[in-house]
Amino acid sequence: MARITLDKLAHSYLPNPKSENDFALKEIDHVWDDGGAYALLGPSGCGKTTLLNIISGLLVPSKGNILFGDQNVTRLQPEQRNIAQVFQFPVVYDTMTVAENLAFPLLNRNVAKDEVSRRVAEMIEILDLGDKANRRAEGLTADDKQKISLGRGLVRYDVNAILFDEPLTVIDPHMKWQLRTKLKELHRQFEHTMIYVTHDQTEALTFADKVVVMYDGEVVQIGTPEELFDEPAHTFVGYFIGSPGMNVLPAEINGRTAQIKGHSIPLSKGYSDTSGVMELGIRPEFVAISTDTDGLPVQVDAVEDIGRYKIVRGKVDGQAIDAVLPEGATVPAHPTVKFQTDKINIYKDSHLVRGEV
Amino acid sequence: MEKPINNKAWFLVAPVFFLVAISAIIPLMTVVNYSVQDTFGNNQFFWAGTEWFSEVLHSERFWDALGRNLAFSFTILAIEIPLGIMIALTMPKKGIWVPVCLVLMALPLLIPWNVVGTIWQVFGRADIGLLGYTLAALGIDYNYASNAVDAWVTIIVMDVWHWTSLVVLLSYAGLVSIPEAYYQAARIDGASKWKVFRYIQLPKMNRVLLIAVLLRFMDSFMIYTEPFVLTGGGPGNSTTFLSIDLVKMAIGQFDLGPAAAMSIVYFLIILLLSWVFYTVMTNYGSDAPEKGVQD
Repeated sequence: MARITLDKLAHSYLPNPKSENDFALKEIDHVWDDGGAYALLGPSGCGKTTLLNIISGLLVPSKGNILFGDQNVTRLQPEQRNIAQVFQFPVVYDTMTVAENLAFPLLNRNVAKDEVSRRVAEMIEILDLGDKANRRAEGLTADDKQKISLGRGLVRYDVNAILFDEPLTVIDPHMKWQLRTKLKELHRQFEHTMIYVTHDQTEALTFADKVVVMYDGEVVQIGTPEELFDEPAHTFVGYFIGSPGMNVLPAEINGRTAQIKGHSIPLSKGYSDTSGVMELGIRPEFVAISTDTDGLPVQVDAVEDIGRYKIVRGKVDGQAIDAVLPEGATVPAHPTVKFQTDKINIYKDSHLVRGEV
Repeated sequence: MEKPINNKAWFLVAPVFFLVAISAIIPLMTVVNYSVQDTFGNNQFFWAGTEWFSEVLHSERFWDALGRNLAFSFTILAIEIPLGIMIALTMPKKGIWVPVCLVLMALPLLIPWNVVGTIWQVFGRADIGLLGYTLAALGIDYNYASNAVDAWVTIIVMDVWHWTSLVVLLSYAGLVSIPEAYYQAARIDGASKWKVFRYIQLPKMNRVLLIAVLLRFMDSFMIYTEPFVLTGGGPGNSTTFLSIDLVKMAIGQFDLGPAAAMSIVYFLIILLLSWVFYTVMTNYGSDAPEKGVQD
């Protein structure tokens, strides 16, 4: 187990990167706590797999260093880093039994025979594979195979970190939930540092203590699920996290008020630096629909009833806006929208601006 | 899902039935017909029953040839399969050398059997052949026409040269289909090169190796052209395999009855041994008691 330090790390697949855009992974400088559960979240091509491969040792970064604890491992091979990895597609040794699969990494490291059988038995117990222990791994279902891949990492007590590369891709939906719960439980039990790559926000938010949101090769925010929801640091985080995503409307900011198409909206904080593209972000959960004349007039395009609440899709002066309506509520004849003042975030050139109280 | 039943399908497979009947079933039945009858020409046939079969099975000549066949097939399998796997393992997996290697490997496969025989026949001659001349110059007494061991070595080397590429290409196809994640996982698990081969590469090559073994076994068990071109089955009877003996009997001596009986026995032996290989290799690669439940 180890703290992971990403020291001014950057990577480009080009031999001589010139501009910022040549980097698949732009400079990142962070320290990840020992025993933390981190999720790398972002759309395809955002650099999350590049970062994971740098951590696992499959890729040597173009710039910067990576440290496990105090040891610089930047140039070490995967087998020298003492990590475990669970891949997108389950990797099992087909001709071995489940128990032999779990024993394999220990036997390769010359662990004593009785110690091996003790740990394997324990791991089979933990992973609920008791009835399959002596079956060949070949015919098992994808979720059992993924458990074995994970078990091969967990069976080594001293791994520095366990890396997951979209491990639930090939798992049936109803098993995903079970496997995720299991993973969470194992994390609490073993307190390994875990790094989980995914493009699925539900997986990231339920698994991780800290979510690392990546966009276009850049880490745009590292935060707890609450922080990502309440104060997205970048408009992309706002869109990407939450369902539906955050509303982002172009606005003029003057001190403690925002102007959207001639309507004034009060803000809870003051903003002085407004020299850029200014936008107002508000989550659909904090958009109220009423007939109050001081609200913004909204044109409603569609109402989606998804059971516990309804999503209202509409437009304010041509700008798309979503609102969440409680169950049973209806959309009035001439609706207007109002924003909950303390939940409004202001963005300058897509980045969050913290106002002065 | 319900499968639609359409009798027109029979119409569509009729041409295939017709072709198979002409190319396989009718000739085979003719052979069966010959094997139970005796003839003195003039299209006159007399019922012989199982006489020819018992003659074949009691002839020393048949068992000697069968022994040579088995020895030959197992020798070339023991050489070509490991050698083919070894070459496939050392071939590059990506880059410009891949097509180069594949073409080089495919070249021997394109050469007809009798040409291979002729090439080696000339190659091995002490007077004009490069190999024979070189060996003679080195003081090695090599003469495939008079020494049985030399004839055997020549035929085996010839077959290895001709057909190892087939094993290489099949093994290579199996190897490149292994996802990169397996190798990465093995590195992380601290597996040695041998263990990677034993637990990842070999199991993944299992199916293609089965095909390679079956093809090479059947082909080598039916070997005819190479020894025929090289020494015509000699020196003595040392390279007289079943096929050569069969042709001698059927065409040379015109003993149609015994030759037909021998063909059928020969065919059944190939069928039986292929079945044994198939069963052994498919059971090795799967969870026998659970078969059919999973997958």
